Amino acid sequence: MSMINRRKFVAGSALFGGAALAFPHMAFAQADTDRRLLFILQRGAADGLATLAPVGEPAFAKQRGGLAEDYADVAQLDGLFALHPAFAKVGAMYAEGQALFVQAIASSYRERSHFDGQNLLETGGNKAYALRDGWLNRLVGLLPEGRNRALALSPSVPMILQGSHPVSSYAPSALPQADEGLIDRIAQLYESDPQLRGLLSDALKTRAMAGDSQMRDLRDAESAGTLAASLMKEPEGARVMMMESDGWDSHAGQRFQFRNLASRLDTMMGAFQAEMGADWGNTLVIVATEFGRTVALNGTGGTDHGTGGAMLLLGGAVNGGRILADWPGLRQGDLYEERDLRPTGSTEAHIAGAIAAHFRIEPQLAMRTLFPDRTSRPVEGLLRA
Amino acid sequence: MTSASIALNRFGLGAQGVQSAPDRPRVWLLDQLSEFDPAPRPIAARPTGADAAKDFLAYRAAQRNARRGQRDLTSLEDASDGLRQVLRGYFRGARQSYIADVGARAQAAVESNAPFVERMVHFWSNHFTVSVAKRQASAFAGPYEFGAIRPHVLGKFGDMLRATALHPAMLLYLDQLQSVGPNSVGARFRNGRRRDPNQNQVGLNENLAREIFELHTLGVDGGYAQSDVTEFARALTGFTLAGLPFLRNAIELGNGVAFADLVHEPGSRTIMGQTYRQSGGEQALAILSDLSRHPATARHIATKLARHFSSDDPPPSLVTRLETVFLETDGDLPSLYRTLIEAPEPWQNGAMKFRTPWEWSIASLRATGTTGINPRIFTGMQSELGQVVWGAPSPAGYPDLAKDWAAPDALVRRIEVAARIAGNARPSSVPTLARNLFPDSLGEPTATAIARAESPRQGLALLLSSPEMMRR
Repeated sequence: MSMINRRKFVAGSALFGGAALAFPHMAFAQADTDRRLLFILQRGAADGLATLAPVGEPAFAKQRGGLAEDYADVAQLDGLFALHPAFAKVGAMYAEGQALFVQAIASSYRERSHFDGQNLLETGGNKAYALRDGWLNRLVGLLPEGRNRALALSPSVPMILQGSHPVSSYAPSALPQADEGLIDRIAQLYESDPQLRGLLSDALKTRAMAGDSQMRDLRDAESAGTLAASLMKEPEGARVMMMESDGWDSHAGQRFQFRNLASRLDTMMGAFQAEMGADWGNTLVIVATEFGRTVALNGTGGTDHGTGGAMLLLGGAVNGGRILADWPGLRQGDLYEERDLRPTGSTEAHIAGAIAAHFRIEPQLAMRTLFPDRTSRPVEGLLRA
Repeated sequence: MTSASIALNRFGLGAQGVQSAPDRPRVWLLDQLSEFDPAPRPIAARPTGADAAKDFLAYRAAQRNARRGQRDLTSLEDASDGLRQVLRGYFRGARQSYIADVGARAQAAVESNAPFVERMVHFWSNHFTVSVAKRQASAFAGPYEFGAIRPHVLGKFGDMLRATALHPAMLLYLDQLQSVGPNSVGARFRNGRRRDPNQNQVGLNENLAREIFELHTLGVDGGYAQSDVTEFARALTGFTLAGLPFLRNAIELGNGVAFADLVHEPGSRTIMGQTYRQSGGEQALAILSDLSRHPATARHIATKLARHFSSDDPPPSLVTRLETVFLETDGDLPSLYRTLIEAPEPWQNGAMKFRTPWEWSIASLRATGTTGINPRIFTGMQSELGQVVWGAPSPAGYPDLAKDWAAPDALVRRIEVAARIAGNARPSSVPTLARNLFPDSLGEPTATAIARAESPRQGLALLLSSPEMMRR
């Protein structure tokens, strides 16, 4: 079988050569605002080779030992890859053509510090700390005024959403809620103060959308997914939202840790999809991480900081049921610096391409606004036309 | 706003509940320059940078012993066996130390009789950020502020620059510990012997050099090029923690820092046209000294100070005045503070700055007269309010602009915390307290809301949530 030839284009990604035709009648100036974008950042470098395992490659089982056993009973998605069994709901989305997986990609960052890697992925700069605002905030500036509400589902605004455009944050807190009598009096007190009046009414609106969930934090995946959707699906809900998924740094005992986190993320996405209802069709979810992990297991059943990894695009808007990878191979000579999955695609180019198509923004404009100073072109054809 | 209210709130950290308004606001502020205590009781009891560095090196040694085949290990939850214990033990201790440091900082701020100078400590600490967002820095952030900022807050800018740049906390936070001169004796030896290709080649790390230029001194448009960053990074090689086992000949410089010629890049350096022929650590010190009196630095610092005490868009007149004083006095910080106090711009009417979560919390606690702060509760509260203490997301520090703090959910959280603080306080007369906090400056809507409150506690919650309290 020729599936594992080096640099084989998997699942027809070569088709994108002609993708310039993908935007035939588009009015670039007017962004489409029924659309919703949820960006999930997997902090800690999620292992793309565990998410989407190249089980058709003999070197995989050899390098991964016991970890490769997880995929024994899983149906392969194509001749090469199998999805981790914990991603049951995401797998169902894939079967429906609503999930697209991109393998062997990386941001332009080539060192191995979480701290710097996340900063680069969040600011969109070409170097860590080169930019002082986040690319998701700059995206807000490309969307039409009044229909560009951005929200971080987080106690404070993460780097990716910081910048000159207004954004909100919301997270259930452990603080005892102030009683309504007090809130009413404060609302009255703020009547003559436009800034505070506006902030309070915005916050109360968000809280009303969130409902009385009794949540104290975002730990329960099912509730977090439902909460995220309830903050997005209302007409006044967020058009752009960001969530964080922490704890992917699996240096030891990865098998259990990864299964746990993948299952949490899967549960969250399942709950999110269910709560979005019809609006799922207008939704794009991007799940990305700062870099991948080493191909070989280390001495403690884990993997160390690597380079190439995987990204997930989910949602009714996605032209899914496909895996995109310019697959570099896993033999020792194929690896990046003889240890990591070699990145053959650009995380930024995929994000910019997907977002441009989703919000009907001219792709080059999206690329240079969100991720300036990159040489790669935004990838087209990721969403349904 | 009256001058008394501006002195208390914009310059200071808010009135202590019972404190009577200063009769002569400018004199009250100027007097603080001689009343400030760099090591008040809560802070004097805390560990130093040298203590933190020693613990850190002991942890690293234990980690090396416990580690078998694991590299780049930074996370705690997933380690195994001996390594897990080493990691958990260190990070738990570091977290406890951090919480105690936060408590000490808050207690000092709430008790202080020189709140304007305390504000300046917080300002400089944020300017020269070391952040616990990098978890390894947790045990270092407190000792850093207490040891590198507080002693220099009434000194020269150049001395503070040197103390911060060469503090163990900063060396760790901005990766200076990994930076090795590529042509140093140490690098040539190590890279020549490298057998395992997975082992990283040692070399230059430019983080500290870049951030000193961009954030601490010249500013992003300060006229330096990438080649200057690289040259400065070369000059900085050799500064490291004292007591590293493989750098036995390093010269101890005190406070947990040492200079190791073994890893210092040899040769002279050229930065922005100026050549530095000094050898060893003297080279970086000479560069730091020149940076501290550079016109671009004066401009950068003047702009940040003016922004902090006037408005998000600082008036150019104030920036220019501060800049001139900076250059004339060779960065004498008390001269800059006097300029701020004597300048007309910060005394203009209207509260122009939105309080950060830290500022609002400290002002609330000063108002309600809390004597014993519970460090754990206070630390958690800061995180709920959106500003982890010493936890800026990047080396740029926390922003000093209203848009970053005046956020919807953050406001409701303040109201919730206000209700909680009020619930624990025993207010006697809230209307009197309100007049004390904002002498002759309390707005009619707030006075009315307090007067109509259904209980003293609700009145206090309204006062702590009032527009007057949200701004300074």
